[in-house]
Parts: sequence; structure tokens; C-alpha cells
Amino acid sequence: MTLTPVLSAHWDEADSYKIAGYMRNGGYTAFKKAFATGPDEIISLVKDSGLRGRGGAGFPTGLKWSFVPQGDDKPHYLVINADESEPGACKDIPLMMANPHALIEGVIIAAYAMRANHAFIYLRGEVPHVFRRVNSAIREAYAAGYLGKNIMGSGFDLEVVLHAGAGAYICGEETALLDSLEGRRGQPRLKPPFPAVAGLYASPSCVNNVETIANIPYIVNNGVDWFKSFGTEKSPGFKLFAVSGHVNRPGIYEAPLGITMRELLEHAGGVRDGHKVKFWLPGGSSVPMLTPDLLDTPLTYEDIAAAGSMLGTGTPMIFDETTSVVRAVTGWLAFYKHESCGKCTPCREGTWWLSDVLHRFEDGHGTEADLDKLIDICSQIAGRSFCALGDAAATPFPAALKYFRDEFVQATNAPANESFDPVAATVFAGATR
Amino acid sequence: MTVTTQTVTVTVDGVVVEVPAGTLIIRVAEMLGTAIPRFCDHPLLDPVAACRMCLVEIEGQGKPQPSCAVTVSDGMVIKTQHTSEMAEKAQAGVMEFLLINHPLDCPICDKGGECPLQNQAMTNGQGETRFEGTKRTFPKPINVSAQVLLDRERCVSCARCTRFADQIAGDPFIELLERGAKQQVGTSEDQPFDSYFSGNTIQICPVGALTSAKYRFRSRPFDLISTPTACEHCASGCALRTDVRRSTVMRRLAWDAPEVNEEWNCDKGRFAFPYTSEGRLTHPLVRDEAGNLGPASWPEALRVAAAGLAGIGKSTAVLTGGRVTVEDAKAYASFAREVLGTNDVDFRARAVSNEETAFLANHVANKPMDVTYGDLEAAKSVLLVSFEPEDESPIVFLRLRKAALSGTTKVFAVAPYTSAGLAKMKGTLLAAGPREEVSVIASAASHLSGDSVILVGERAAQTPGALTAVAELAAKTGAKLAWIPRRAGDRGALDAGLLPIDGRNTSEIVSATGSAVKGLVIGGVSPEDVDGDLLSAIDKAQFVVSLETRHTEITAEADVVLPVAVVTEKAGTFRNWEGRDRSFAAVIPTPGALSDADVLGELARELGKSLSVSDFWASATKPALKADAASTESVGNGQAVLSTWRHLLDKGSLQSGEPYLAATARVAVVRVSPATAQKLNLVDGGTATVSCCGNSASAPLIVTAGMTDDVVWLPANSEGSSLNLPSGCVVEVSQGGN
Repeated sequence: MTLTPVLSAHWDEADSYKIAGYMRNGGYTAFKKAFATGPDEIISLVKDSGLRGRGGAGFPTGLKWSFVPQGDDKPHYLVINADESEPGACKDIPLMMANPHALIEGVIIAAYAMRANHAFIYLRGEVPHVFRRVNSAIREAYAAGYLGKNIMGSGFDLEVVLHAGAGAYICGEETALLDSLEGRRGQPRLKPPFPAVAGLYASPSCVNNVETIANIPYIVNNGVDWFKSFGTEKSPGFKLFAVSGHVNRPGIYEAPLGITMRELLEHAGGVRDGHKVKFWLPGGSSVPMLTPDLLDTPLTYEDIAAAGSMLGTGTPMIFDETTSVVRAVTGWLAFYKHESCGKCTPCREGTWWLSDVLHRFEDGHGTEADLDKLIDICSQIAGRSFCALGDAAATPFPAALKYFRDEFVQATNAPANESFDPVAATVFAGATR
Repeated sequence: MTVTTQTVTVTVDGVVVEVPAGTLIIRVAEMLGTAIPRFCDHPLLDPVAACRMCLVEIEGQGKPQPSCAVTVSDGMVIKTQHTSEMAEKAQAGVMEFLLINHPLDCPICDKGGECPLQNQAMTNGQGETRFEGTKRTFPKPINVSAQVLLDRERCVSCARCTRFADQIAGDPFIELLERGAKQQVGTSEDQPFDSYFSGNTIQICPVGALTSAKYRFRSRPFDLISTPTACEHCASGCALRTDVRRSTVMRRLAWDAPEVNEEWNCDKGRFAFPYTSEGRLTHPLVRDEAGNLGPASWPEALRVAAAGLAGIGKSTAVLTGGRVTVEDAKAYASFAREVLGTNDVDFRARAVSNEETAFLANHVANKPMDVTYGDLEAAKSVLLVSFEPEDESPIVFLRLRKAALSGTTKVFAVAPYTSAGLAKMKGTLLAAGPREEVSVIASAASHLSGDSVILVGERAAQTPGALTAVAELAAKTGAKLAWIPRRAGDRGALDAGLLPIDGRNTSEIVSATGSAVKGLVIGGVSPEDVDGDLLSAIDKAQFVVSLETRHTEITAEADVVLPVAVVTEKAGTFRNWEGRDRSFAAVIPTPGALSDADVLGELARELGKSLSVSDFWASATKPALKADAASTESVGNGQAVLSTWRHLLDKGSLQSGEPYLAATARVAVVRVSPATAQKLNLVDGGTATVSCCGNSASAPLIVTAGMTDDVVWLPANSEGSSLNLPSGCVVEVSQGGN
């Protein structure tokens, strides 16, 4: 399957991130079309397109929009989740660097459809360069009259606020994001009420991922049939696949959903020369790892689920045989322990305990009994925690043990760094020390 | 009004039950007698579903669900830990997680023996730990306040304390900080600790993370003897539980009274009890011919007292103070009117007026309970007059805040400025200094209807015309009217007839002592509370009998001192502001401890009479209510009209002996409006001195926007200000002081 650059079609142009570059390639025409079409029709259009959320869960976007009650005389808010923090995920950040106006135009259309006069872009705080770029794009859009009061004489007002997060993975969880945006500590909220009913400032709100919203102008301009010509019936459209790890050309590859990992690998120049795939993760550290025999699985929500993992953010990580599974899993758990918000017991204590035991394995002091204990701890976190962070934290180890039990057994008497030279797994492996 | 409650049918552990729609699963289980273990759940706090201890299985759902946060729906099939392996395993897992970092210090923990974590670890946990690492540690304890100490290692992050502070008390008190395993309860850096209700957080803490400085390490729950009691401090009428070890009160807890204090109380009610055992009178005292006060036997003391009173009975006045029980009040009333034959009897140890006497006689005394806490919650609007609930009746404050937050009730206050308490009730200020109160009360009619309640405090007696205006306002609008005094015994004393109908009021008694009034019988009165010089009146009196619990300035000057029991030693009843009787049992049965009623009974017998239980108000002639003349004293240069009330934690004698509590008292400030500050050359943040009749107090000045001009506010008899004058006085205000 070939690549189909849409969002990324003009990233190689010097001014792709500027309004001039965006408009030269047909930008800022879709929102006018949307204004002429009508808000309910836009919601129907997005529903019909089958677009699914690109933030990880894959929830149908149009359906999510339709949950926002209309005619309720309350302010509505559109919130863009740009808190991309998943280990291995790096697709929203490049998108906002290279094509921020697609996001902004998508915001205009989405806000118009759900009758929101305020939109917030919640950007992770660790990327000031992206903040500057999106901020200047917003400024350009205001200057062009595409944002603000009575946009293009349509009577539709929209203010867009760019907000920088303060460095918490949990704020990617939509209700924690809303709390953080309101100035509180970012911790997930009890649902119901759902954000569509009482979200930001207790008003109807919709939280969408950056890539999801950036898709909207293209769908509006080119139509449902065009969009559905990519991908599969259940996973229509195209996706920014951010391939990372032990590949020759890591980067963003935009392709229809349904492309296989093997095909993507080829686009990415294959596994590092002289090495072979040991395991891979289809979409960030929160999805179970898969083995090389599943490289031909189409990258769709449904096929990856059938293979025992999740498409997640669609950002595959490839690991070759120099990788210590023990070290990888320990690293991920250190992350989840650090990022657990502390609200619920299973995640707060469970990630702490998992990390504690896994560090023993990394140091070569684990026991075989510990392996059963780790599995049991994971089973007591998954499905028990308040939000999906706990579920995610309970994901890496069971999959790793399923495929690489021998390595954990080996780690009961040999430190991971002795079994696997850490340098061998790096880009500078083989360089003169 | 018919309320139709929609019901749904659900199955819990195979038992089919019909319950109101919207009920939480955990509550349904409780109705069936099934205890689902829990930590963060509290019926009076919003669900948070954080601890995950109460997970149950709901048929059709793949994951166990928190029963504290999920409401039932029709046909729901719920399986608790008793019938679901999934629920049982999930609960055991959560318990194991909670214990991995919990210190194993139960043997020295205050909570050990009454600890939900300890108890539920036994019922729903595993016998052995699988944790082999090193437990997380924190330095401990840390002071959340002078009174509340935090052990972060024991904390299970249930957020009960933080939700209490936020949802119930509304104080910027404590918050959860940091994240993950480092999450901890902490205090804010720039918002000072300031809560009258902090002790509740200790009580609802499901582990030993929050302890009180007062009780910490003092006893074990299983060594305590617990008695249900009623609070003797204010007129809120809280149910308490008093815990005693070896005849010593160790602690007091808020007890369950859904119609009154729900499950809360204030820190004063919780911690101010050392006075019951300090400086106590142990035997009667009699003044000999040389003028020396010396110990005497009960028969001798009663004989001397009776002899002294016999000759001057009708010229004797009786002052009871505000701490009498209903039973003692009836005894005082009978003793005064029937034994001594005097109508000079007054329970009001404070500034009083004859307008107030008429108001109380006509609108409050012996009235049935027609305004309740429930009425406050149901009222469309509540008008507060001369009444600062947070300081003067904290449980009324909590109930009004609950009502205001729920959106049913709007609170309006005729007050000099928007107090912190009023702001927490989302209340509206109807700004008035003492001289504007009457007109502002009259104009408050637009906020009231038949669905409203007017709450008037005892301080209204300090403003001539205020109580008449209040009565007229109630009549005009149809709003219900209730009077909320500051002390627990006030309403019972009023109902018993300890009001000077055809007699002298407190101030008149004080000024007539030495002439028309020859003798005094004084119960629990602090001289500084009385508007007038009680101590020099005692000096002038021919004969003074003091019934007291402790050595005081009055007992030092009395001719006969008769020791009486404190609340812990006797049974009795306080009647709260609603008119609701709050009975309590003796906590420490003490042989020889006599209540005021017992002593008065003996004294009556010594006088050849006996006490009766007649209903005073059945035959009393109530004076007509008419407004006293407003003050015409001019406000000169450098002067302002004083507005004042007491902080909840003040210098009251019943709070003595509890330094941790005293350290949490609010410190006095002086408040004036911006225009008045300019006029009086006062600087915000500087020190201002308020003085009158030779007394003065200095405190930091806060220029307060929205305050009435030419008014100065300063708390009375409080930490940082010993000035104890009634509102309405014209005082000098100057910059500086110390």
C-alpha cells in the first residue's frame, strides 16, 4: 500500500505552517463551505464519514459531537487535546509544527457544528516551540478574520485560546484535562456527568484530538466518499503513522488505515541493518506488544484488536533483538508510576509496586514467584482503576511475559544490562567510544 | 404536598428490593444490611470513587464498579463481595494496595481499635502481605493547624478531609498535593489555615492520618466509656459523644443527629472541655464574721445562705447566666419568684433592653418548634439580623451554607460588612451599621415572602428598634421568625421564665444593687459579659450567693459559694434555638455532685419552702413590644459607631485550658470603610486603636469595601482584643497603638 499524504502533503514546503502556505494549497475554503452547509449537516457529514478519534480510543467523532445538547442556552466549549504525552507517540506535535492551520480550520468547523463560541487548545507544556508556532498561526487566523467576532459575516463568533499544560501525562485524559484547564490539579473526574453534558466550566463540552480535528477541513472539502475511499469500512480514512525505534528512517508516514506494519516498515527503510524485529507496539506504550509474526496485520482498529493489541495513537514502535524486554517494561512502568495522578488506589499504589518489583528484575534480583505476583498485581489494577491510566500501566508486563518469559527468568539471576548491552540498542551503537 | 418517589427494582446478592431511583448501590446494600467496605465514601460528601474499596459486580458489565458512585437503575443485578468472586478479589486487591505503604503502627495509633482500615483489613483483606519492598516514608507528623496533626504515611488519599473542607465548611483548609505515590494532604502556602470545623476531619478520617493534638496518644478506643451527650456551648444543639477514661474526659466527638448537626460539630464543642476539670470548687465556701471566705460543710453553707436570703428575699435579684439546663432554669425560676418572691430575674448576661424583653415574651418564649434546621434548608430566602452564624451558631452556618450551595436558599444579612461566613454562604450583604439597621431591616421586605425565614440574633437587643422592626417585617411578609441566642441555656431559661416580667433586667439589677436590690443570687455569670459593673454591684450588695462550678471573680466576692455540677457530672436537657430539647446523661457519675436545681431545692427547703414546676408563661402578662428610642449621641471627629460581635473562639471562660484550640482562634482586626479610613486618617494594614470609656484595644486595620461609613468593627472579647462593649457605642478610633 502506498502512502497517501493529505495532512502532511505539503510539509516539505518552506511555509507550510504559515497561512499563505496553507491557503495556497486550498486552505481556509472548507470552513466557508461548512458555514454555507449548516451546523447539523456538518455533524451528519462527520458521522457519515466514519471518522474515528485519533487520540487513542477510536471513538466515532460525529457521534461524540452529536452528544453536545443543542438549544440549551448554555455556552458550549470545544477543547482540543494537544497534550500528546504517550511514550512513543509523536504525531500531533509534528502536525502542529508543520500544518497548524489545518487544526485551526478544523476547530472553526467543529465549533460551528456544535455551536461553541469558545475553543481551547490544551497543548503539552514541554514543547514551547510548538506553542509559539500554533500561537502565531492563531494570530494569523485572527488577522485574516477567520477567528473572532462575526467570522466572514456569518454571524458566528469564535475565540480560540491556546493553553500550555504543566507537564502531566494524566492531563491527556479528557476530564483531567478539563480540570487542569479550569486551573485545578489535573485529576480525572467522576462520570457521569460526561463532558458533553457538564464539561468545561460545567457546560456542554467536546474534547477532540488534534489529528482528528485536522481531518475535518479535508473531509468537508472532499466529501464522505473521498474519505471513505481510504481505509476500511470500520476504520475509514488515513492516519499519521509515527514510526519510531530500530528502523532506518523513523518518522511520520501518512497512509490509509489498513496498511500493514510490514509495509510501513518498508517505507521507513526497514529494521536497522543487520538486525531483525523482536517485538513491536502499534500505538504507544499503553498497548500490548506484538511479535514479528503479526507484522502483516492491517493497522486498523478492528484488526489490531483481533491480534490482541490496540491501534492506540497509531504510532508504532519497533524494537530489534538488542532490546531487553525487561528494561523496556521497567522503563514504561517507571513512567506510569511517575505519571499516576494518585487519585485512585489501584493505580497509585499498583504502579508504585509494579515498578518496585520490576526494578528488582532489571537488577537481576527477581524471583519466579514474583512473576506470578506481577501478573496478579496487573490484574488488580486493570479494570479497577479510576481511569484508563491504570489500565495502560497494567498492559505492558502481561504481554511481555506472554512472549518473553525466558528473559524474565534470566533476569532472576542476571541484570538486564549484562544480558543486553544497553549501548547495542542505541543509535550510536558501534560508534567508537 | 405529595411527593411521589419513583422507585426501581434491583437485585443485590439475590435479594430483590424496590428502592428510590437514584439511590447509590452502596446505600441500597446498607438498607439490606450488607456492609460493602469503603474509605472515601461518606453519606454527607459527594462521591469521589477514589479509594476503589467498594467495588462490586454489576451483571452485564465486564469490570467491577464503585458502588459508592453508581446509582441503581431498574433491573440492575448487583453482586457484592458475598456472592461475586470478581468483587471479592477486587476488594482484596485494593486492600492489599492500601496496606503496602501503610505503616504497621496500629499498636501506637490513635485510630487502632476504631479504624476502618484495620477493621476492613480483617474482614476484606488477606492475612499475609506479598509486599517485600521498603515502605514509602514521610517526615511526621506535620501540623495542619495547631490542633490537627497529619501523618502522611497513614493517609489513604480518600479525600474525605479535603472534601469536607471544600464542600461542608467551605474553608481554604487542606488540599491534596503532588501526584502518584507522593500524593499527600497539605496546606496552602498563601491561604492561612482558618476553620472552625477542623476537628470533623479528624473524626471522618478513616485511618489515623489526622489526629488531634489534644487527644493524640492519650488513650485507646477500647478503654473509653462513651456517653451520648449534648453540647453546652452554643444554642445550635449538637449531639455529641463524650469519651471518658478513668473518670477523665478524653475527647468529644460529633454525634449523629440528622435533624440538627447531621454528623458535624464545631471545634469549640469538640475541644473546649478541660474547663470541666480545672479550678473546680470542691466544697461550699462561707464568709466568716472577719470577712474571710472559708470552707464550710453543706449544711452550714445552706443554713448561712438561707439566713442571709430570708430577710431580703423580695429585694433579691437572680442572675443565671446562659448555661443552665432546662431543669436548672425551672428551678431558678421557681426559686426566684416563689421562694424569694422577686421578679428581678434575668438569664441574659449581656447587653439587654426592655424592648428585647417584650420581644422575647411575645415572639419567642414557650413557642412551639415552628422554625427548624429543615426549614432553613427549605426556605427560599433567609434574612440574618444581628446574627453572624459562623461565629454565633456554627451549625446554623453549616446548614445555611448547604442550603445556599444546593441552590434552594438565598441568604441575606443585615450586617456591617460581608464576613467570611456570609461569603461562604454565597450571601448578599444588606450593609448597615448599628444606626442604619432599623431602616435596612424594614427595607429587606423585598427579599422575603411566606417561604422565608428571619433569623435574629441576641445582639439585636443592642440596637433600639431592631427587634420591633423585625417583628413588623415578619408580620408584613409572612416570613417565619426565629431568635438565635449565643448560649446553650438561653432558650431553656427563657421558656422557664427567667425573664424580668414586671421586674428589673440585668442592667437594671446591676445599677439598683445596693439600693432597691439588696441581695444577689448568681449562677454561671462572667462579670465582663454583663453590660454594667457587676463586680462593684456585688461589692454593694448586702448578701450574695454564688452557685458556681469553678473559682471565679464572683465566688471570691460572694458571701456563700455553693459548688454545682458541670455538664459531665449531671444529666439534663438543653433547649436549642429551635426549641428542640437536647437531653444528655451524666458522663462521669460523681457522688456528691449537685446540679443547680438540686442545690436550689435544698436551699428552698432550708427556707421552709419547696420548688414547684409551674408554667410561668401560662399566666404571665406579656409587655407590649415597642421600639426603644434610637441613640442620638453625636459622632464627633475621630469617632465612629462600634459594631461588634464575638468570634466563636473567644476569651470565654469555658474555653480555658485548651491551648491547641486557642491557637486556632481568629485574631482580632479592626474594619472601617474606605471613606471612614480616610476621614479618620487610618491606613490599611496599619494598626488602629479603638477606645471608649477608658478601655481600648489595638489591632491591625483592614479597610473593607462595601462597609457602612462612620462604623468601626472589632470583635468583642476575642484573641487580640479584650474590648467588650455592645454595638452602638460611639468610640474613638485612632491610627497606631500596640
